[in-house]
Amino acid sequence: MEWLVLLIVVVMLVSAVAVLLLKNFMAALAALSVVSLGMSVLFVILRAPDVAMTEAAIGAGLSSLMLALALRRLGLWKD
Amino acid sequence: MRRLTSALFLTGLAVLMAAIYQQMDLVVTPLAGDAINASAAQQVGAGNIVTAVVLAFRGFDTLLELTILFTAATAAGLVLGKPRADAPRDPDAGFILQAGADLFFPLLLVVGLYIILHGHLTPGGGFQGGVVLAAAFFIPVLARPGTTLDHHAVSLIEGLAGAAFILIGLLAMLGGGAFLTPLLGKGELGTLFSAGTLPLLYLAVGLKVGSELAGLLAQLAATEATD
Amino acid sequence: MLDATLIFYVAAVGLILIGIAGIVLSAHLVRVIFGIVLLEAGANLLLLLATYREGAAAPIFVKGAFPAVMADPVPQALVLTAIVIGVGILALTLSLALRVHRAYGTLDIREIRQRMEQDIADAAGIDMPTSSEAPAPVYAHEDGRS
Repeated sequence: MEWLVLLIVVVMLVSAVAVLLLKNFMAALAALSVVSLGMSVLFVILRAPDVAMTEAAIGAGLSSLMLALALRRLGLWKD
Repeated sequence: MRRLTSALFLTGLAVLMAAIYQQMDLVVTPLAGDAINASAAQQVGAGNIVTAVVLAFRGFDTLLELTILFTAATAAGLVLGKPRADAPRDPDAGFILQAGADLFFPLLLVVGLYIILHGHLTPGGGFQGGVVLAAAFFIPVLARPGTTLDHHAVSLIEGLAGAAFILIGLLAMLGGGAFLTPLLGKGELGTLFSAGTLPLLYLAVGLKVGSELAGLLAQLAATEATD
Repeated sequence: MLDATLIFYVAAVGLILIGIAGIVLSAHLVRVIFGIVLLEAGANLLLLLATYREGAAAPIFVKGAFPAVMADPVPQALVLTAIVIGVGILALTLSLALRVHRAYGTLDIREIRQRMEQDIADAAGIDMPTSSEAPAPVYAHEDGRS
């Protein structure tokens, strides 16, 4: 069980660093979605299904949608 | 120079966190959680204890959270402003997105309403279902950027839902109880019509959050491109 | 040797530190916003870790099952609230970033700060301050302006 948690945490932390280091903003947005999805799985392992559903719906859904719309308006969606 | 000080600051912060972890007894025994777990079924009648905490035990916090969300969405709408009438619009999306949007709208509507109405039985509730409803109403705008969301109807639904939440809370005071005490009896644990006014409160929360976020997304999508 | 609590704690603190690093060290406004989102995610995880018990069940009454130990519902309710507030904050910061871009045409923080100070100094009728310690010079001009 700990190995699953360790794997997810490693993927999450690497993606979090990639959010700040990737030059292409859409790629950074995708990495942010990976962080949100990893958080959602961690919340399920922590026995909090309500919070996991909220984080999946809002973090990986609405937050990424809003950021993508804003990036489009700012002209940052190309490389 | 700035980067050096920032890196030093972060190193110091990391060292501080490590020191706190060494000293602190991190996993504490919950003070109120066990008592709430034991008594939620008898006192509130909801199957989902987190819903009972959000709406019954800490209902005022939920009201304040709705206020914060309303303030943020209104301020964002104020800052963005209305787009000019002659601003260039995005072209319509392709056939796949349009057909998919037409198919997704009823599906997301049903799923969102299901999640909202069963918030007191299964994981879910007003906020999650509200986000799904917001997506349901925003996807047609995404597929056909020419059609705008009816902002009047959205504001009306949002205002009425918020007012309904506060009204249900005030109704509890008429009976002599505190603000936002659950009314209407507890019902049988696990059925749809249980837990008193909790499903109604969550319905109000879900409609408010859904319409607010749909209006906010539509406003973000309609902002003029600055490139 | 591998303790699940330690791994969760490292994840939460790591996300907080990466978020703060993003806010403090970035030159682009959108990276600052990404840093804010990461910081909120880490803080929510840390809040939920406060009452973690191994082997507890989720705090939901399923028909027929009566688990002995259930997880604590109060931090879960608080984190639920916090996540939704986070999306509200994100909406506001994104609209502010859009306005700044519309007003200044760039999203580089240092350039925006420079031009903002220039605009403020012009609007007040004084010269720009030369250093961050000394106040802006205000002196009487020859024709009586102050």
